[in-house]
This record gives sequence, structure tokens and C-alpha cells, in this order.
Amino acid sequence: MKVTATIRILLFARFRETAGRDMLELPHEATTADVLRRLRTEFPALTNLVDASRLARGDDFLQADEAIRPGDELALIPPVSGG
Amino acid sequence: MIELTREPIDAARLLEAVRDANAGGVVLFLGTVREMTGDERTLALEYEAHEPMAKAKMTELEREARQRWPIRGMAMIHRLGRLEIGDVAVGIAISCPHRAEAFDACEFAIDRLKEIVPIWKKDLAPDGRAEWKHPAP
Repeated sequence: MKVTATIRILLFARFRETAGRDMLELPHEATTADVLRRLRTEFPALTNLVDASRLARGDDFLQADEAIRPGDELALIPPVSGG
Repeated sequence: MIELTREPIDAARLLEAVRDANAGGVVLFLGTVREMTGDERTLALEYEAHEPMAKAKMTELEREARQRWPIRGMAMIHRLGRLEIGDVAVGIAISCPHRAEAFDACEFAIDRLKEIVPIWKKDLAPDGRAEWKHPAP
């Protein structure tokens, strides 16, 4: 049986509300740029917001070309508005 | 002290946390829920966070501030959940040997928090409209 490698994306704020859930499971993508490209198709009404967002793994923001490992849990971080 | 809480923020606790015999200045910043933004009226705000990362980023900005100023004590609390007009959303207290350092460090801390800490607010208007705030970077 072929098992497709996946990654998980934690969703917050407008992404969470638009998706109606707080986590997406997607096929594994090689880099952060690939994941963001994929997320543009997951959120066709929010492509501008995806473009303004960053990905994080653990407590750290990821750079545009960082390698993503199968099974990674990432967070999609739209522009923040605390305070 | 770095906390996320769903309870009202107690400013006296923040001040107590930074009390220090070698601090000649203590600055307290409270970010509070404002009713009018231009012509737009706010009924309430709802805050959410990526909580473990938010705490880590608050720890990181405290470290950055301590590298730049001779901070004796620093305490930061952000509230989550639904807040009404006038409620305190964030509190930051910093003590330093001299007041100018404490003012500068506190301004840096709130500016940096608004830049790197994954917390978001949803603005609830009296007419039922609700809008997540995702300001252009």
C-alpha cells in the first residue's frame, strides 16, 4: 500500500474561520514557497492574505525557501494584530 | 513574567513583578479596547493566539529588549477571548535604573509585540458585522 506523505497546517483567525476548522492536512510539499502556493488554491478568496502571511514551524517563522519534511506541522500566520 | 490569560489583567500585579531596588523608573503600558476608530464604532474585540508560539515570541522580544536596555524587571500579559470597551488587552511593565531607558524599552516592547507575536483580534461592530484585523505588513 502506498502511503502519501502529508503535512499539517494549523489555521488561525480569518483562515480558521473561512475553512471552518483549525487544521488542514495537505500533501507534502518540498519548500515553504510550494506550501504557500498550495494554500493559495485552498483559499481562493484569500490569495492576497496568503501572500501577506508567513509559515511557522514550532516557535519559528520559516524563510521562503526552507525545506519542508513529510509529517511537518506548520502554522499559517497571517499579519498579526495583537495589542 | 510572560502570560496569556482569559481573565482581566491586573496592572498592580505587573508593577509588583518588576519592583526592584535598583530601578529608578517604572513604565507601565496598558493597551485598552477603544470604542471609536475614525468613524467606525467597535462593540467588542475577540482575541485569539497561536499560544505556544506567542509565548515564545514574547520571550524573544524580552530578550531583545534586555540586550538593548539595562532592564531590571519586565512583565508582559496579553488577554485572549472577548473584551469589552475599556478592557485591558495587553499590559507591559518595565523597570530600569533611569526613566528614559524604561520609556524607550516599553515602547519597543509594544511595537515589537504588534509585529512578531501571533495574536489576532476580531472587531465586532454594533450592527453585527465582524472583521478579523490583518494589517498590511
